This record gives sequence, structure tokens and C-alpha cells, in this order.
Amino acid sequence: MEITVTVNGQPYTRSVEPRLLLVHFLRDELGLTGTHWGCDTSNCGACVVLMDGVPVKSCTVLAVMADRHEIRTVEGLATSEGLDAVQEGFRAEHGLQCGFCTPGMMMTSRWLLDRNPTPSEEEIREALSGQLCRCTGYENIVRSVRWAAEHEAAASAVSDAIPEQGGPTPAPQQRSEVQT
Amino acid sequence: MTTTDVPAQRTTPVGHGSMPRKEDERFLRGHGRYVDDVVLPGMLHGAVLRSPHAHARIVSLDTSAAQAHPKVRAVITGQTLQGLNLAWMPTLSHDVQAVLATDKVRFQGQEVAFVVAEDRYAARDALELIDVEYEPLAPVVDARRALDSDAPVIRDDLEGRTDNRIFDWETGDRAATDGVFADADVVTTQDMIYPRVHPAPMETCGAVADMDPVTGKLTIWTTTQAPHAHRTLYALVAGLPEHKIRVISPDIGGGFGNKVGIYPGYVCAIVASIVTGKPVKWVEDRSENLMSTSFARDYHMHGEIAATSDGTILGVRVKVLADHGAFNGTAQPSKFPAGFFGVFSGSYDLRAAHCEVTGVYTNKAPGGVAYACSFRITEAVYLVERMVDVLAHELGMDPAELRMRNLLRPEQFPYRSSTGWEYDSGDYPRALRAALDLAHYEELRDEQQRRRERGELMGIGVSFFTEAVGAGPRSHMDIMGLGMADGAELRVHPTGKAVLRLSVQTQGQGHETTFAQIVAEELGIPPEDIDVVHGDTDQTPYGLGTYGSRSTPVSGAATAVVARKVRERARLVASAMLEVDPGDLEWEKGRFFVKGDPTSGTTIAEIAMAAHSDLELPEGVEGHLDAETVYNPPNLTYPFGAYVCVVDVDPDTAQVTVRDFVAVDDCGVRINPMIVEGQIHGGLADGIGMALMQVMAFDSDGNHLGGSFMDYLLPTTMECPSWRLGQTVTPSPHHPIGAKGVGESATVGSPAAVVNAVVDALKPYGVRHVDMPMTPAVVWRAMQGRPLRTDLAIT
Repeated sequence: MEITVTVNGQPYTRSVEPRLLLVHFLRDELGLTGTHWGCDTSNCGACVVLMDGVPVKSCTVLAVMADRHEIRTVEGLATSEGLDAVQEGFRAEHGLQCGFCTPGMMMTSRWLLDRNPTPSEEEIREALSGQLCRCTGYENIVRSVRWAAEHEAAASAVSDAIPEQGGPTPAPQQRSEVQT
Repeated sequence: MTTTDVPAQRTTPVGHGSMPRKEDERFLRGHGRYVDDVVLPGMLHGAVLRSPHAHARIVSLDTSAAQAHPKVRAVITGQTLQGLNLAWMPTLSHDVQAVLATDKVRFQGQEVAFVVAEDRYAARDALELIDVEYEPLAPVVDARRALDSDAPVIRDDLEGRTDNRIFDWETGDRAATDGVFADADVVTTQDMIYPRVHPAPMETCGAVADMDPVTGKLTIWTTTQAPHAHRTLYALVAGLPEHKIRVISPDIGGGFGNKVGIYPGYVCAIVASIVTGKPVKWVEDRSENLMSTSFARDYHMHGEIAATSDGTILGVRVKVLADHGAFNGTAQPSKFPAGFFGVFSGSYDLRAAHCEVTGVYTNKAPGGVAYACSFRITEAVYLVERMVDVLAHELGMDPAELRMRNLLRPEQFPYRSSTGWEYDSGDYPRALRAALDLAHYEELRDEQQRRRERGELMGIGVSFFTEAVGAGPRSHMDIMGLGMADGAELRVHPTGKAVLRLSVQTQGQGHETTFAQIVAEELGIPPEDIDVVHGDTDQTPYGLGTYGSRSTPVSGAATAVVARKVRERARLVASAMLEVDPGDLEWEKGRFFVKGDPTSGTTIAEIAMAAHSDLELPEGVEGHLDAETVYNPPNLTYPFGAYVCVVDVDPDTAQVTVRDFVAVDDCGVRINPMIVEGQIHGGLADGIGMALMQVMAFDSDGNHLGGSFMDYLLPTTMECPSWRLGQTVTPSPHHPIGAKGVGESATVGSPAAVVNAVVDALKPYGVRHVDMPMTPAVVWRAMQGRPLRTDLAIT
């Protein structure tokens, strides 16, 4: 059946089988291979993308369910102005090694900071608890998210203080109401 | 070996120290390129049909319905492969393994047929259309029954085989050890199982095989930790000329030893590409990864420890029953059937030690050496560190104090262990003291005392380990006859930028950054100006790949040596440029200058340009600024560490919470401390996982009970504490930059610390040992007086 999915701001219309998983739609149909596939039981979270601003495991969503919805993937994190603060945080705090879980981790982190700009360590850990990482032992991922939170807070403080200059504001986010 | 111009006692980081990683940018943007990201024109997709039985004869196999599927291009069976002499393939342990079963299946999940279709969904559909008739046979599930006289013979394919024994191996001095035990005041024994677990990298195994029917060249993108060794093995196994095989290991989503060997899926993808004339992709799913690729551990150990009554450890004696599954596919140097288990004497100055290992076949997947084990050192360290705690329990001594009393002393290095391993360097008491201080050990013991009085269960576990990594000297270490030396090539371009080509293959360990740092240290070229090329056998020098924490010890050494060769060439060029004798030049990082006249000098970039110019060069200097080397390590490196784990156990639910974990590691010179710490963090999470959560169990029919992430539990953010690290620096004297491997240290050292902590917490219950994984059910059972995991093997 024909679906139109908006991915990173761009609409894509494709004819797909109803059984096609969103993760395979993104990877195989659109060539957006940053989203990964790490398990077959919806545990690992390597496939997490934002659907209407909310993290979903794209291996557990059919592509047809994303019809007329907004998807944001890791390829849509950076803007023309540069990397997202979450991406910068993961690099600064060495929050990635093999890089396979990283896209999913960063998407959930982005969602977390959008709804809670000053998360505690416990809140960060809980937000990421649906996602597995085999390399980092999580420590530096937690630090990465905290780094991003602190730098976004500092950046928004600057832009609040000097509104006429605009300041390096993060890309506009979907802030839909979320149940976890 | 160029090791003499090393500042041997250097203890500072190398190059630019804790610099951010060069490889991060692409991963952060979703621009990494992993195997399943590879798409080629006309590419087909393969899927494997797997056995539902642990042990069964194949009566018939009907693929006609699958072949009739409109999107199916080929169905490959064992019979197809037999025609190519590929139904079986050699393993890294001089056994053979079925690629696709022809006679019978020997483990649940074994490969039976391979379907090639136009897309991955159709390939899976077609698997359901294959009709296999099996005649079930009694399986061998419990390793302890594998050698019973009435046990079914699993490997009836092997000529003359009448039982399930794979090998008997021993090390150490039996007579001397027996003598020490006879004279000891105290002898304590303990049985323990290191359960079967799985490395479970986030990315599963896969390949894209592309046999070009015109050029006859096979290109295979594949999840391999050892691309060059794979190329040679494909040449030997498939009879393809080696110069017509190109193995590309792109970005790898974690390896952890899972991606060392060759799996049937790779061979099937290659054959399918030959048969169809198209590129064929095969990517396994998680269940396939857990059920059929290399498991880790599965050692049943009987340990004995001898000591004086005042706590001097005299000897250790071990018997091991090793469950290797249906095919002996264990990855280790050829002469080491039990890997480096021989270092089980640990960090202690024993009078004698002896062990015997018997390997047996069972109806399970092959493997054994994987998951950051450094060739069975996980098992060796677990054994000795549990035995020391058991001894402390018997003697009523503090386990940290008992270790401190028995650790090797710094002046004993290089130290030849009682099983013949020459430890390069170490200052063990300092590391243990550092860990105890960081953990506030004495205060923890006071707190534990107070809590016990209130009925609370708190445990403190200590482990001290010595690793042996960097395999290894060609004289006695080889993989399938390939000596474990590694090449390196370094080329400085005319403008002073450089390219370093390596034989090792990162799977996230940061080689693209750290190897550039080594060159930066030696030549003064900034790391960002050095491209590190690896993972493509057409583009890189030969070598054995990355596993066993061998990259820094072997290829890191090769990199320093090749950089020094380039520097010596640069000296000759500089001498021509400055018109002085080479001996009159002095090196400061990135520049040669005339002794006594620092203003008269030339930089490495200027030298590089001159080396490519019309400058008249000294006799014998060919021009250009490059070099190559092969590094044959003189010995392994022996990093070590002291770990302290603190746990709370809920007395009502038996739930274990790791409250604190302190890890002091000494891997000699740290090239990039940030990356070293990341390696340790990951390994500590492995330790929590193995000790508390992970196990691949089987029922009595041989059904795999850990075949998905629903059952095979990996630690999340919630089970891992915030790690606290410390370090000491004891350089390796034989390594060009004094660096030792470290990648596997934490996985090797941490499980014993967690187990020792839980057992310590259960002391009020009189518990002396509990087998892993210490799930609430297991801990609860231990609290009721039943500590052993009898359910792991049906008795």
C-alpha cells in the first residue's frame, strides 16, 4: 500500500508491504542506515527514532503505521549550524565506541532533554534503560547527556541575556505530550 | 627489535593523550558504514534454515516449494556444498565444522539450508517452505555425562571416533604440586561453573559476498576481527587464489571475540554469489547470533588451593571439564587447546601449580573462546580469585589481607610463573592498596559489621588479576599455522600528512585515533593529519587481527617501530638538507636540528617534501618518506588490576544491587586515557552481566533457553553503577612504548569481584560459593543452602 512518511522534514511516498518494519523502511527504502537493527525482540533499542517527537523502537512499528507521521532519525539531528548538543556531548564525553547503539541512544537523549532540560543522573539512566550498549558500560553515555544538558542550558542562558543576537538555539523540536 | 631508544620508564600518555576520537564524527551523524549498510547493484539476500533439534539424523530434505517461490533465486543445501567440497570447513582448532548439515544435525540452530531471494523478507518466507524430515537422536547436553560409556557419539563423521572426548591437556608440574599439597597445613577445594555465556555484540554477524564472474575476484564485506586471516582461510578452504580475494571489514558494531572465526553463513554467502553471479548479503538476526555463533566460557572447574595455616598460599591444582559444543571451533593459538588457562596461578608466588583440562563434545553450538576472554584467562582468573576467597573463608582471614600477603612483589619481575609464563612487569601491592583506599575498604568493613547487626546483607568483593595479552611470539603462537606477528606501513606524503596501514581491525576500540597518536608521538605529526587505514586486505599489510587485547601490544609496537624507521630515514634526508653528518642532528618532536645550534633545523613536513624533491640524497637512501615493518613480539604483555565491588542483597527478595565498583588498572603507558577508561567501563558492565544475569542454559532435550534478549539478559543503565576508576602505571619493559593491552582486563577481572562480593554478603548464611549468574532465584536458593547451579547441566 502507498504511504507518505515525513522523515527529517522531507515527505517520502512509497508503496510498501503492510508487514514491512519501519526500521527496514528507513534503511532499505530510504537508505537512512544510521538507524540500526540489533535484536528481534524489541529489547535493544538500536533502532530508536522519534515518531512525532516520541522515541519508538522502529523494529516494532510497521512502516504503514508511520503513514502521515513525522519521523526523525539520527541523520536529522545535526543542522546546517553543526552537530546537535547531544552529538557534541557524546563526542566530548566519549559516549560511544563501536557506534552501533549511538544513534538510538542519541535520539532518546534528545527527547529526554526536550521534555526535561535538567535531568538527574537517575532520570537519564531511566530514560535510556530500554536501550542496550555493549561497549561503554553506560557511564560516559550518562555524562554525555549531562554535558548536552549543561551546554544547552548555558547556550539558552546566553540567548536569553542577549535576545537580539539570537544565540545558538537548538533545532525546533516536536514537544508533544508524552507518556512513557 | 627496536626497543632500545625507548624512554623505558615513561609513564605519561602518548601523543595527544585524552583527545576525542577521530572516528566519532561519522558515527554521530549516522554515517558509519556497517556490513548491513552495504548495498550493491543486483544484490540478493540470503537466509539460513536452522535445525529445531539438538541431535537428529536428516532423513530427507525437500526444497522444491522454496525453489518455486517467485522471488527465490537459489536454495543451497549440504548436497550443493558437497559438490564443491565445502559441506564441511576446517575450524581454528584443527577440527571440522559442518557448513550445511548433510548427515545429521548436532545442535539446535545448526545451519541446514541457505535460501537466496530478491529481498530479505522473501528469503525468510521461503525458509518456511523447506521440508526437512528428522529422526531425533538422544542428545548429549550435560558435559559431565559426555564421556559416559553409553553417551551417544556426536561426531560419528570423524573416522574411528567412539566417544565425545576432544582432548586432554595439562600444564604445570604434577609431582611438585602433589608434594606441596601433601605438606600443606590447609587444603581447600571448591567446584564451580563458569557458565556458558555469549558476547552478543550489538551488531550481529553478516557478510556481503560479491564474486565477480568476469574478473574472478571475490570481494567480501564481512564482520571480521581478522580480515587477513579470513582471506587466507577462504583461499585454503574454497580453493580460490588468495590474490583474487579481497576481505573488507568495514565499521564493526562490536566484536568481543564473536567475530573472529568463520561462520557457515559467510561461506554460504560466498557460494551463493558464485552460484547466482550476484552479490549476496547475509545478516543473521539476534536469535541466530545467540544460538549458533561463538559462545564463551562453559568451564566446569574443580579447584584446590593449598596454604599454611597463617595464610601463605603454596599451590593451586585444577581439573577442568570444558564443554566445546558439537564442533571444536575454539579460537586460540594452535598449541594452546585450553588457550592461556595456564596463567591460573594468577598474581601469586606459588611453589607449584598443575591443571588438567578435558574438552568434550556436546550437542551445542561451537565456540568457547570469545567475549573478551584473552584465550580463557577469564576462566583462569575467576578460578584463582574464587579459590583465594574460599581459602580466606576457611582461614577466617580478610580476603584483601590474604591477597596482600601473597601477591608477587615488584622486585620479582620479570617473573616466571610455576606454569612457565614470564610476567613482564608489575607492582601489585601498590595497585591493591590504591583500590582499597579508593573504595575506603576499612570503613566499608566497619559499615558491613554494623549492617550485619541489623540483619542487612552487604558484601565487599575483591579481585586481583594478572592478564596475559598480545599474542604473540611466532615461535610458539600461531593461528592455523599463521604466526601471530603483525605488519605496519607508514607513508608520509610530500606535504607532511601521513597514512598508516594496519593489520588489526577495530570494532570500537578507537584504533583510528590511538594509532595516529603513536605516530604523532614518534614523528610530531598531529593525529588529525594521520589517516589510519585498516580492515581492507587489498590496502593493508598482513597480520592476525584484533582480539585477545593484542592490538596495542603487537600492532601498537609495529606502529612505533615503523614510525622510528621513518624518523631514521628523515634524519638522513635532513642531514642532506642541512649539510651535516646525520650523527650531528638532534630530534625534538617533529623536527631535526643541528646539535648546539637549535635555530638550524628542519621540520618533518619540510623533510617529507625534500625527500620527494630533487635533493641529492645520501648513498643508499631511495627517496620518499615511508617504511614498513613486521613486529614479532618477544613476549606477551601482562597488565593487571585490583577491583573492589560493593553489593547490597535484599534479604527478602535476594535481589543483588551493585552499589559501588572501584577498578584500578595498570596497563603500562596509556596512549589515550579517555579511551582506556571507556574500555574498562565496558568490561565492568560485562562483569556485572556475567555475574548477575547472563547464561545460556539448555533443557534436557538440548533446547537452547537463552536464544533471545528476552531470556539472555544484558545489563542496562539500571544495573550498572557509576564506575570509579584508578590507575597505576608500570610500563612493559619489552614494548617499544611501554604499553600493554587493556581491552579485556575488566571483563577478565570483574566477575570474580562481583561474585566474591555476593558470597561475602551471604556469609551470615554460611555460604562459601555461589555459581553465576547470581539471579535472585539463585541467590535465594543459596540462602536456603543450595548454592550450586545444578540446573545448568542436568545431573
